[in-house]
Amino acid sequence: MFKKILIANRGEIACRVIKSAQKMGIKTVAIYADADRNALHVKMADEAVHIGPSPANQSYIVIEKVMEAIRQTGAEAVHPGYGFLSENPKFAEALKAEGVVFIGPPVGAIEAMGDKITSKKLAMEANVTTVPGFMGLIEDADEAVKISNEVGYPVMIKASAGGGGKGMRVAWNDAEAREGFQSSKNEAANAFGDDRIFIEKFITQPRHIEIQVLADSFGNTIYLNERECSIQRRQQKVIEEAPSPFLTPETRKAMGEEAVALAKAVDYASAGTVEFIVDGDSNFFFLEMNTRLQVEHPVTELITGIDLVEQMIRVAAGEKLSIAQEDVGINGWSIESRLYAEDPYRNFLPSIGRLTRYRPPVEVATDTLAVRNDTGVYEGGEISMYYDPMIAKLCTWAPTRDAAIEAMRTALDGFELEGIGHNLPFLSAVMDHEKFTSGEMTTAFIEEEFPDGFQGVELPEAFLQRIAASVAAMHRVAEIRRTRVSGRMDNHERHVGRDWVVTLQGQRFEVRIDADRAGSTVRFDGGHALRVASDWTPGDQLATLDVDGSPLVLKVGKISGGFRIRARGADLKVHVRTPRQAELAQLMPEKLPPDTSRLLLCPMPGLIVKIDVAEGDEVQEGQALCTVEAMKMENILRAEKTAVVGKINAVAGDNLAVDDVIMEFE
Amino acid sequence: MKDIHEELEARRDVARLGGGQRRIDVQHSKGKLTARERVELLLDEGSFEEFDMFVTHRCTDFGMEKQKFPGDGVITGWGTINGRMVYVYSQDFTVFGGSLSETHAQKICKVMDMAMQNGAPVIGINDSGGARIQEGVASLAGYAEVFQRNIMASGVVPQISLIMGPCAGGAVYSPAMTDFIFMVKGSSYMFVTGPDVVKTVTNEVVTAEELGGSATHTKKSSVADGAFENDVVALAECRRLVDFLPLNNREKPPVRPFFDATDRSESSLDTLIPESANTAYDMKELIVKLADEGDFFEIQEEFAKNIITGFIRLEGQTVGVVGNQPMVLAGCLDIDSSRKAARFVRFCDAFEIPILTLVDVPGFLPGTSQEYGGVIKHGAKLLFAYGEATVPKVTVITRKAYGGAYDVMSSKHLRGDFNYAWPTAEIAVMGAKGATEIIHRGDLGDADKIAAHTADYEDRFANPFVAAERGFIDEVILPHSTRTRVSRAFASLRGKKQENPWKKHGNIPL
Repeated sequence: MFKKILIANRGEIACRVIKSAQKMGIKTVAIYADADRNALHVKMADEAVHIGPSPANQSYIVIEKVMEAIRQTGAEAVHPGYGFLSENPKFAEALKAEGVVFIGPPVGAIEAMGDKITSKKLAMEANVTTVPGFMGLIEDADEAVKISNEVGYPVMIKASAGGGGKGMRVAWNDAEAREGFQSSKNEAANAFGDDRIFIEKFITQPRHIEIQVLADSFGNTIYLNERECSIQRRQQKVIEEAPSPFLTPETRKAMGEEAVALAKAVDYASAGTVEFIVDGDSNFFFLEMNTRLQVEHPVTELITGIDLVEQMIRVAAGEKLSIAQEDVGINGWSIESRLYAEDPYRNFLPSIGRLTRYRPPVEVATDTLAVRNDTGVYEGGEISMYYDPMIAKLCTWAPTRDAAIEAMRTALDGFELEGIGHNLPFLSAVMDHEKFTSGEMTTAFIEEEFPDGFQGVELPEAFLQRIAASVAAMHRVAEIRRTRVSGRMDNHERHVGRDWVVTLQGQRFEVRIDADRAGSTVRFDGGHALRVASDWTPGDQLATLDVDGSPLVLKVGKISGGFRIRARGADLKVHVRTPRQAELAQLMPEKLPPDTSRLLLCPMPGLIVKIDVAEGDEVQEGQALCTVEAMKMENILRAEKTAVVGKINAVAGDNLAVDDVIMEFE
Repeated sequence: MKDIHEELEARRDVARLGGGQRRIDVQHSKGKLTARERVELLLDEGSFEEFDMFVTHRCTDFGMEKQKFPGDGVITGWGTINGRMVYVYSQDFTVFGGSLSETHAQKICKVMDMAMQNGAPVIGINDSGGARIQEGVASLAGYAEVFQRNIMASGVVPQISLIMGPCAGGAVYSPAMTDFIFMVKGSSYMFVTGPDVVKTVTNEVVTAEELGGSATHTKKSSVADGAFENDVVALAECRRLVDFLPLNNREKPPVRPFFDATDRSESSLDTLIPESANTAYDMKELIVKLADEGDFFEIQEEFAKNIITGFIRLEGQTVGVVGNQPMVLAGCLDIDSSRKAARFVRFCDAFEIPILTLVDVPGFLPGTSQEYGGVIKHGAKLLFAYGEATVPKVTVITRKAYGGAYDVMSSKHLRGDFNYAWPTAEIAVMGAKGATEIIHRGDLGDADKIAAHTADYEDRFANPFVAAERGFIDEVILPHSTRTRVSRAFASLRGKKQENPWKKHGNIPL
């Protein structure tokens, strides 16, 4: 076995690999760019080597810099994680040339699968089912339109070297094909330095289901069941689970066997993933093979009990697989939620900055519940603009899918994350969505169920009552403490009453609280009561309560005159008042937020790449107004309605902050 | 006897209706509460004791003798806020538009006199059209009687003004002399001369809101210390502020039970200071992470944002915080920030509230507008305020403490009790680049040499040790332990006694 390995990556995956290596008694070397000087993976590793400036193309993906770090530290093998150099055959070759082991598949397999066009050909040869499409490269937008018409809309325009949603566009008509071709090409050029584009049929009602394979260098190849990754946004996975709620044992076996056949066809050795698209009739088509560890590998680990990183290291060290296909079972159910630094209320725009608070739920592993959080950040750390906006991967495991989902709801409620915009509320909303809980989702889930983006969550009345009872009890505790201030008039203290009015989400609940040592009985106007017990004290930002025997976790903040409560994706202003205060509060006018409908506001901190319109232009709904680049993604801002452009306040090259006014409409 | 009881109840009923139901409805329709409802929300339920409910005016001109309302447009008395006594007056807009008559003023003066005598804060709720014109000079005299008492009470008991409607003309000068002014967004305004007079005299066309609304006074003029969404929120927040304040200048600031460990370590503070010296960070994060339960009552949040002022608690006890804000103008001192902080420091000193100063200051803002505006004397206000303050003073330098601004920000030399520095502190006469260009003026043409000199200067001076070697810094502390260290420092200073030489009063550069 290796004595020392280098992890050619950063963030959560570097930390993840280090954990397995440490478990196996292997020393670890981290590499880091400027922005990662204080990163978690650097702290966790035994050694760390600085490899250059923050942008990945000047550090993490510069092969020579990584090679230098290997020479300097004498690492015997390299785990590439995912992204960066993980599927770069040149890197694998460079390692080979210096006698360093690549913890991944052979170069040939990477090359064969790295190109989407080649891989599709190989798959067809191995009798793996593939999606209809045009296999050649496309030169220009006109050709893209022509081919799209031949394949038939809708089509998927893809960068040959693409991955992670970058350089991918779906087009439903000629105009979108033309635009999608151009933006895919640009993104691909920026992200991968390879702007080759191809087009294929876009399958409707599709599910994204992938098979994890594991192979050694002795020709043993097995599949570790599937992962369902249908909850995606712009081709970027958001929630994954294993197993899939859709597959029958027969389909699973058929897909697994095709995946193994493909792996064998390229002499695969290591962990890899064969992605399929599955339609409503359980027809499955090969999409691509990822010759690396997948982001969402933990759900497979949780249902199989197999440490994939450990297996990769063992295979790379020349060991034989100790697991046979018949040893692989499915134990329980696992869900993974990806926490992204993306603001769901602003159309998921990237957010960067300091994590002023970062407290994930406590990790547990028992026979009935597991909570696992793979992360590369810590409280006080920074989400920088240079890298992927993923903050953490929160996984839960339980014997059943329902229990795993319920565990995820609670875990998300208990995840404290402040300082940047993030998608926690959105993840919670999905966990409560009927189409997700029933398992009837497709890759169009987010697009179809949240067509106008995410506007927050309206909680059902029964749940609001649980919150109302809890906050009323908390408010009472806080009020009693206020009466204990020094300097009171003796014998004329304030007495905190029992009757309260709670308002939240436009609803009003009249309650009476009877408190005792163990908790509070909160009786509602209608007569029914909830029993609330908690050790919450004023100032705690997380309240863990027991409401009528079931747990409730609330994020508690202050707003003037009340509480800000976050749970289950809802962000509520909660006021608890005495009946008289509540009566007078009803006289207060509702103040509407300022009208911004005539303004185009910059939705994220970013750079104005270009302005597409001029002052006085009439624009149609959906017309592109300008392009803002943030986190290396180009975002086209479009007119929401027909309007005439008034004043334009920005020019290309301007760096704008959130909510800066880009242009005004007349 | 029965008749008297009945008459008492009948008279009370009349008094409680103020200017009558119709006017009360109008008040409500404007989104405003009545004077009585405001008092009710301000004080603990059932604690209000009213004075002078049956007082009426004595004016006999212009038919006024036929229009009398018991109470005469202001409700006065005392009650408790979380069991602590406060005096209160609340102007009743439903009676003669809340205008101030001789007797109206006398009622206010009565509660102010009692507040001073008995050592309790005065909270004035302003909602008044101004002087009672019919009473002429008697009304003006009434104002001046109130002014004189505001002046006498200043520094004796805390005085808080809530502006919940119009407050114009001479009337503005009573709130102006109180410690804090809070307004209600959209329904309150303050100005010396109203839009009509402004138009006549200067030809400027301006609305009442633009001239003297809450946005104007919280952001531009700094007359107001804060503004709230509506009456209910404003009154609740006023209660919250009172919980931080001592009742008078003879008492220590209040202490209340707290649920936050003194030794709470905040590891995230170790990365608060960015790698690059030119990158900003939010000083409020430090304040909130130091404070008990993260509770911070900010004063003048919207004005001179390059300095932060407000109240927190440490170990349950009120502490006034002054902090440079690197996010705005790099946290430099200028006219506005000096004035803002100086007034806050003097309030704290007057009422025995310990002061915590968090320093990251690159110096004073340069420029003609500053010099022409008198930054010399305005800056001196803050210097003066810190230097004369005898309350416990603890200072933490987080990053830059350059030049004269270092001296000003509660330095050791201004009788700072505990002067701490983080390892990232740079206490120097100026930044490395500027200093090098002066010291090595001869090498200015040679970029390499200047760069080398700059690096040398940084090595030598861009750290807390030069100051620590001289004892100007008592200790270099780790950011994550700041709450513990600062809390212990204040705990050790609870018995602090320091007196300035006897004087009638100092002559702060106003």
